[in-house]
Amino acid sequence: MIYFPEEVVEHIFSFLPSHSDRNTVSLVCKVWYEIERLSRRAVFVGNCYAVRPERVVRRFPKLCVLTVKGKPHFADFNLVPPDWGGYAAPWIEAAARGCVGLEELRMKRMVVSDESLELLARSFPRFKALVLISCEGFSTEGLADIASHCKLLRELDLQENDVEDRGPRWLSCFPDSCTSLVSLNFACIKGEVDSASLERLVAKSPNLRSLRLNRAVTVDTLSKILMRTPNLEDLGTGNFTNEFQTESYLRLTNALEKCKMLKSLSGFWDASPVCVPFIYPLCHQLTGLNLSYTPTLDYSDLTRMISRCVKLQRLWVLDCISDKGLQVVASSCKDLQELRVFPSDFYVAGYSAVTEEGLVAISSGCPKLSSLLYFCHQMTNDALITIAKNCPNFIRFRLCILEPRKPDAMTNQPLDEGFGAIVRECKGLRRLSISGLLTDKVFMYIGKYAKHLEMLSIAFAGDSDDGMMHVLNGCKNLRKLEIRDSPFGDGALLGNVAKYETMRSLWMSSCNVTLKGCEILASKMPMLNVEIMNELDGSSEMEENPGDFSKVEKLYVYRTTAGTRGDAPNFVKIL
Amino acid sequence: MEATVAYAKAEAENLMATELRLGLPGTADDDQTQTTKATTPPSTPRGKKRTTTFDAVEETTVAEEANNNKRDVEAAPPVAKAQVVGWPPVRSYRKSCFQQASSKQSKATKEEAATPASNTTTSTTAANGSFVKVSMDGAPYLRKVDLRMYKGYRELREALEAMFVSSNNGSANLSEFAVTYEDKDGDLMLVGDVPFEMFASTCKKLRIMKRSEATGLGSARQ
Repeated sequence: MIYFPEEVVEHIFSFLPSHSDRNTVSLVCKVWYEIERLSRRAVFVGNCYAVRPERVVRRFPKLCVLTVKGKPHFADFNLVPPDWGGYAAPWIEAAARGCVGLEELRMKRMVVSDESLELLARSFPRFKALVLISCEGFSTEGLADIASHCKLLRELDLQENDVEDRGPRWLSCFPDSCTSLVSLNFACIKGEVDSASLERLVAKSPNLRSLRLNRAVTVDTLSKILMRTPNLEDLGTGNFTNEFQTESYLRLTNALEKCKMLKSLSGFWDASPVCVPFIYPLCHQLTGLNLSYTPTLDYSDLTRMISRCVKLQRLWVLDCISDKGLQVVASSCKDLQELRVFPSDFYVAGYSAVTEEGLVAISSGCPKLSSLLYFCHQMTNDALITIAKNCPNFIRFRLCILEPRKPDAMTNQPLDEGFGAIVRECKGLRRLSISGLLTDKVFMYIGKYAKHLEMLSIAFAGDSDDGMMHVLNGCKNLRKLEIRDSPFGDGALLGNVAKYETMRSLWMSSCNVTLKGCEILASKMPMLNVEIMNELDGSSEMEENPGDFSKVEKLYVYRTTAGTRGDAPNFVKIL
Repeated sequence: MEATVAYAKAEAENLMATELRLGLPGTADDDQTQTTKATTPPSTPRGKKRTTTFDAVEETTVAEEANNNKRDVEAAPPVAKAQVVGWPPVRSYRKSCFQQASSKQSKATKEEAATPASNTTTSTTAANGSFVKVSMDGAPYLRKVDLRMYKGYRELREALEAMFVSSNNGSANLSEFAVTYEDKDGDLMLVGDVPFEMFASTCKKLRIMKRSEATGLGSARQ
């Protein structure tokens, strides 16, 4: 094959489905490396500090689609201090210099400034799609630049970002010539929105398939918009309270009934229960439903709606649904593949109306279930064993028992056997989060059976270094390991250091690793960045007693070809 | 001030098992049936030095409570539980949406109270005015609070604390009290079980009662 003309090899490569496949072929020989890199259109950078942006741009000059992820996952839960890093600017600047053909940029957990958005908007004449997930650092003015200058914009998808509100002007910045919008999601924008601008924008976007509105959009505006989007497939509603006026809601039902392609629904901000029946005509065609931002709906409101959604594949809901409600889901939604049950009250920690019973019901009613995120009050080994048998197809299994270290609710035993059953039965498991009372035994099971596991999240679990060692030694495909409040120390940290070069990253916070241990790791493994954060102690204390056995509060280890990063704040020490 | 909050105590009694101690497990009190761990308790690696620095901004623990409880932690079961940063693992975006939700709800109910025809079934109390009477066993007179003023249980607790702690200074030990309420069915309920919005819409009056009388209301959690 090495003697084929380049175009043929390139054509063959175009059939390779994944990044890792393309990465693999590029290692075969220099010729293939060159062919591959010059024809690569999409690059995925799982850790923005693993490689320098300039290097990516130099290697892949034809880059069209760039995906970059920044902060570690636990940043979602405030475990990473602000100003830690994850800046988008170097990436956008490098791309502006080296890949002017860029069409799509996707970023997750990064800090994006308005200046960067402006640079983005002005640098790439073919730019089509911007997806920002859990990012921060920009305002609606940055969005105004994107709207104004990206003439071919197809997708502007803002998911759960922290956006500073500087007024509704941005929505009117789309020029009349911009008629290419397919997907617009501004649900996370906190401020007001100019309805007239929104209606104008929708009117000139015949290709619009996905539209997610924010809280400020009224039912009346929504109805008007929907009259113009009969081909809409995904809708995030605006506000559903306002003043309850029947005419508004009847108009809405009318408009919704025209949207025969509408399959996915979300939003329902502040939804009053009386508003929900107006959605009923849609329910039979829905495959996706997100009610997880609506604490005002109780179990009966939810079940009356969901019982009509017989084609549902993806459901996100709050624990107000209760076990009884989940039984209704189980009997109505036979095609369910993904379920997320979120807690509804964060302040009175520990209470939830869902328990193991709800999940057992789901598992027996919905055998196609493959992705789960479940916050609950309690769990039992028996339930987990049953669930594992009922649903061997789990790819993602994330269970969060609200009270840390809570044992089996019936037997008071650790939940080792239950999770053991999950990893044993679910041979395709790629992501796992465990909770409740757990000993080293559960890690023995994970190491032994979870051969395809790529990401593992551990909190308040384990007894000794053995636990972590089981995982490091056993999970061949492990990419990300994140651990908090568990008794793993230097022994575990240093027990299999070569492993970290095969992984994207390791996070350990409130564990037993010491400064000394981290220093040893850093000296043994030059290809890793070993970052420690002790924001409470202050770095001066660390320097006073170099190499002492003081505990490291937060540790983030990742492989990198980029060396030490220059943008680390002073509470981060890179060893 | 050593005064610990009656409400917090109610919460703690209810949710003793959820509390995360600053001390080692095993130094706890005995009436906790929940914490019989079958295996050796995992060592809590964090020392007492850990303060909830980031937490103070968004989590429940009031600074003074935390100070009071640091002293209590080895001696007696802590009354108010220490909050843990980032637990449960819920994105801040989601949390902030809920805060917006409850403030919007109180705005909406204000508007509904103004318009005569109100079809909504939620917030019926608000339609009558959201002020509810608060009585405390042993206190000579009642107070009134406007539930719409509070975004959640934490703020309500702080307000009750402010109202009743000063008046009961030095007399009865406030940890002997539980906060209960009468709902629209006339049943006496323990505060804290349901989402705050649901509580606010069904609460008719609040009663801070002696713990000994409240034992029948113990939570479902055994």
